[in-house]
Amino acid sequence: MARRVLALFAIALMAACSGNGGVPQATVTVFAASSLKPAFDKIAVQLLANDNIVAMFAYAGTQTLVSQLTQGAPADVFAPADVAHMTTLQSANLISGQSKIFAHNSLEIAVAKGNPKGIHSLADLARPGLVVVLADPSVPAGKYAAQALKNAGVTVHPASLELQVTGVLSKVSLGEADAGIVYVSDIVTSGAVDGVAIPDAQNVVADYPIAIMSSTQNRGEAETFINLVLSAEGQAILKTAGFEGV
Amino acid sequence: MRRARVPAPIGLLAGLGLLLFLLPLAGLVIKAPWGQALAEFRDPTTLTALGLSMFCSLTATAIALILGIPLAVILARTRGPLRNVLRALTTLPMVLPPVVGGVSLLLAFGRRGLVGSYLYDAFGIQIPFTTAAAVMAETFVAMPFLVIAVEAGIRSLDHRYEEAARSLGAGYWTVFARVTLPLLRPAIFSGAVLCWARALGEFGATITFAGNFPGRTQTVPIAVYIALETQPQAAITLSLILLAISIAILVGMRDRWLGAL
Amino acid sequence: MTLEASVRVHRDDFTLDVQINVSAGETVAVLGPNGAGKTTLLRALAGLDEIEGRVTLEGEVLDDSERGIHVPAERRHVGLVFQDHVLFPHLSVLDNVAFGLRAQRRPGATAAARRLLDEANLGDRAAAMPRALSGGQGQRVALLRALATEPRLLLLDEPLSALDVSVRAEVRRELARQLASFRGVRLLVTHDPLEAMALADSLVVLEHGSIIQSGTPDEVTARPRSRFVADLAGVNLLRGRAEGDHVLLHDGASVAAAGAGSGDVFAVVHPHAVAIYRNRPDGTPRNVWEGVVDSIDSYGDRVRVRVKGAVPLVAEVTPGAVRELDLRPGAGVWVVVKATEVSTYPA
Repeated sequence: MARRVLALFAIALMAACSGNGGVPQATVTVFAASSLKPAFDKIAVQLLANDNIVAMFAYAGTQTLVSQLTQGAPADVFAPADVAHMTTLQSANLISGQSKIFAHNSLEIAVAKGNPKGIHSLADLARPGLVVVLADPSVPAGKYAAQALKNAGVTVHPASLELQVTGVLSKVSLGEADAGIVYVSDIVTSGAVDGVAIPDAQNVVADYPIAIMSSTQNRGEAETFINLVLSAEGQAILKTAGFEGV
Repeated sequence: MRRARVPAPIGLLAGLGLLLFLLPLAGLVIKAPWGQALAEFRDPTTLTALGLSMFCSLTATAIALILGIPLAVILARTRGPLRNVLRALTTLPMVLPPVVGGVSLLLAFGRRGLVGSYLYDAFGIQIPFTTAAAVMAETFVAMPFLVIAVEAGIRSLDHRYEEAARSLGAGYWTVFARVTLPLLRPAIFSGAVLCWARALGEFGATITFAGNFPGRTQTVPIAVYIALETQPQAAITLSLILLAISIAILVGMRDRWLGAL
Repeated sequence: MTLEASVRVHRDDFTLDVQINVSAGETVAVLGPNGAGKTTLLRALAGLDEIEGRVTLEGEVLDDSERGIHVPAERRHVGLVFQDHVLFPHLSVLDNVAFGLRAQRRPGATAAARRLLDEANLGDRAAAMPRALSGGQGQRVALLRALATEPRLLLLDEPLSALDVSVRAEVRRELARQLASFRGVRLLVTHDPLEAMALADSLVVLEHGSIIQSGTPDEVTARPRSRFVADLAGVNLLRGRAEGDHVLLHDGASVAAAGAGSGDVFAVVHPHAVAIYRNRPDGTPRNVWEGVVDSIDSYGDRVRVRVKGAVPLVAEVTPGAVRELDLRPGAGVWVVVKATEVSTYPA
C-alpha cells in the first residue's frame, strides 16, 4: 500500500516537473493584460486550428504580470496594456528583439444597462452621490482614466481603485457602482453594461505592444502566435472585441 | 527527568518544516532596505494603511468576541445533527477561498444584495467601498477561528464548577461572568489572537467587498500588493512592519495566557 | 426542619425511585455501589436535574412534577460538597469561601469567610490558590465554602474518596465535627462503608435505583439483604480506646492489636481473618473469645457466621467447615483473631 502511494506520488511529481520536454504537443505561454482575454482566447482557438499549437494564458493586471516576470516566471510572449511596462521589462533585458504594437484601445464610461443614472459625459462622473469606480493608477487603465479626467478638467472621488480593469467592470455590472472608466473592448465583450462614449479630445489611446520573452523555450511557437495576432485574422478578432486595429 | 531521545527522521522532518517557516522570513529581513526603511515608514501612505489595518483588524476582533463567544456557547451546548449543521456554518468561512467570501458578502450586502437592497432602497445605505465593509470582510473570515477556539474551551470545562457556583446561589449571569468566562480566559485569548492575526492579513474578501481606497479601505496587504510593482522597497518595508508587529504580539503573549496556541 | 423527598429519575440503565425523609440533626448516608444512583439522587436534591416526584424542605416545595414546580439549584440554598473539592481554580481560598455570600449579595462576605477559615485553622491559607492546597485542605475549604451561606440542606458527594487514605482520617474528623454542629439537614452519598458508618447516624442502602435497606448502621449490618450489604456487614467495625498494643472496647473487652497507637480508634477485622473453634485453642493468637453462634448466612461458597459474645464478630468460613464443626445458631464457639489482623486507625 505504501509503495503504491509512493509510486503514484513519484509519477505525479515527474508530470508536474516535466514541462515541455516530455510533452509532444507544441505550446506557447502568453502573459497578457486582462483586457485582452476575450480576444486572445478566440485567437488561441485559431492557433490550435491553424498551427496545432496550444496557447496557455496568464491574464492579470499589467503590473502584476510585470512583478511575476521580473521574478522569473516562465513565459514566451508578453502583451501588456501599455508601452511603459514593456519598456520596464526591456530595460531589465527580459525582452528579445523589438516589440510591436498590435492594437489600440480607447476608454469608455461603463454604466448599468439602460443608463439609469443618466450619465452622458466625464463631467457627469463628478455628480455628488454617484458611486464611481476607477482602476488603480498603478494599472495602465487607471493611469489612462486619470489622464482622461484631467483632459476633461473633471475631479472624481472614486469609491474604489480596483487592481484590475476587469474589477471596475464587474463592480458596475453587479450594480455596486453607478459608473466606471474601462476600455472600449471591455464594454464590447461584456454585454452586461452599457457604454457612454468619451470624446476624442478627452480620450486616451492605449497602445498594446507585444514581444517575445528572452527566456523563451518556444521561439517558433511564440513567433507564430505574434504573427497570427498581427495577421488579418487576428486583427479581425481584435476589432470584434472592441479594439482598434493597427 | 530524562527525556527519551527523539529519533533522527522526526528531527529531520521537523527541521525541514522549520526551514519552510524561517527562510521566507529570513529573506524578508535580509533583503530589507534598512537604510530606507525609516523613510518609507514615515511615508503617509504607509502610515495610513497601517493605521487603517490596525483599526479594522482590532474592530473585527472586538466584533468577533461579542458575537463569537455567545455563538461558541450555543455551539458547545447543542447536540445531535443540529450541532453538525451549526458547526459547518460557522467554520465555512475558514475553508472558503477569501475572494469567494467577498463575492458572497457582495451578494448579501451589496446594493442589489439580499439584505443590502433593503438597506439601500429604504435608507440609502451602501455598505461596499466603506471602512465598515472592510471590517465586515475581516470579521467574516476571522471570526470562525475565535468560535472554534472558545467552543473547544467550553467543551473541556468541568461542568461541576458551574454546578458548584449555582449551588452557592449564583444565577446564570453571575456564573457566566465570575466562573465560566474567567475559566475560559486562555481559550478566549488564543482565539482572539488567531482571529486578529487572520483579520490583519485578509486580502481577497476585503478587495472584493470593500474595494481599495487609501485611508478608507486600503489595508496593509492591499497596499503591499500595489506597491510590489511600482515601489518594491515600500512593499518590503510594509511587509517588515507587519511582521515586526506580529512577532511583538506573539512573543509578548505568555504561555499560560495562550493555552492551546 | 425536614427533607421529604419522593424522587423518580429515568436513566439509561436504571430508574431511580426512592422515598427518603431526613430530619435536621441527623446525618444520613446513602450507601451503594457505583452506578446505584447515588449521584443522581444527590443532583436531584440539589436541583441540578429535573425529576418526577416531589421534594419539600421545611415545608417549602422544591420540586413537584405534577404541578410543574421546580426550584432551580441557585434558589434552593443547598450546600454541595464534591469528591475532589471543585474549588474555583482562578479564585483564592478566601474568595472561594466568600463566593456564595457574594453571589447572594449578602453583606460582610469577606469578614465571614475569613472567620470561618480562622476557626478551621486555615486562616493562613486564605490568600493561597486552590492548586497550592493539599487534598485534605482542599476538601476542608470546600466544606467551608458550602457552609458559608448557611444552607438548609447540606449534600456531600463521596467527600473522602478522592483523598489519600492517610489524610482521610483527619478530614473525616473535621467533617464529623462540622456535621455535628450543622443545624440543617445533612445527607451524604458514598460507596465506602467505612465512610458511611463513621459519619452517619442512619444508613440508606441504594442499589440499581432502589432503596433496599435503611436504618441505623447496626440495624442494617445485622440483617444484610444483598451481596453488597453482606460485604458491608462483613467488615467488623469495632470502636474503642487504643493503648499501645491493644484496644479497649466500650463494654470493657480488650482486643489485642499490633501497633494500635493511642487515643480513640476504630478497629477493623475482616471476617476471613476470624477463625472459629469448637474448643478453646492453644496457640499464638492473642485474641480468643468465647461466643455463641447467632446466625449463619451462606452466599454460595462462602458462609458468614455471626458470633455474639464479648466481642461480637462475623467470621467467614467455608461450607465444609460449617458442616465439620457442626455450627448452628446457639452453638458455643471460640473466635480467634490474630493481633496482626486487627487494623486500627484514629476515630
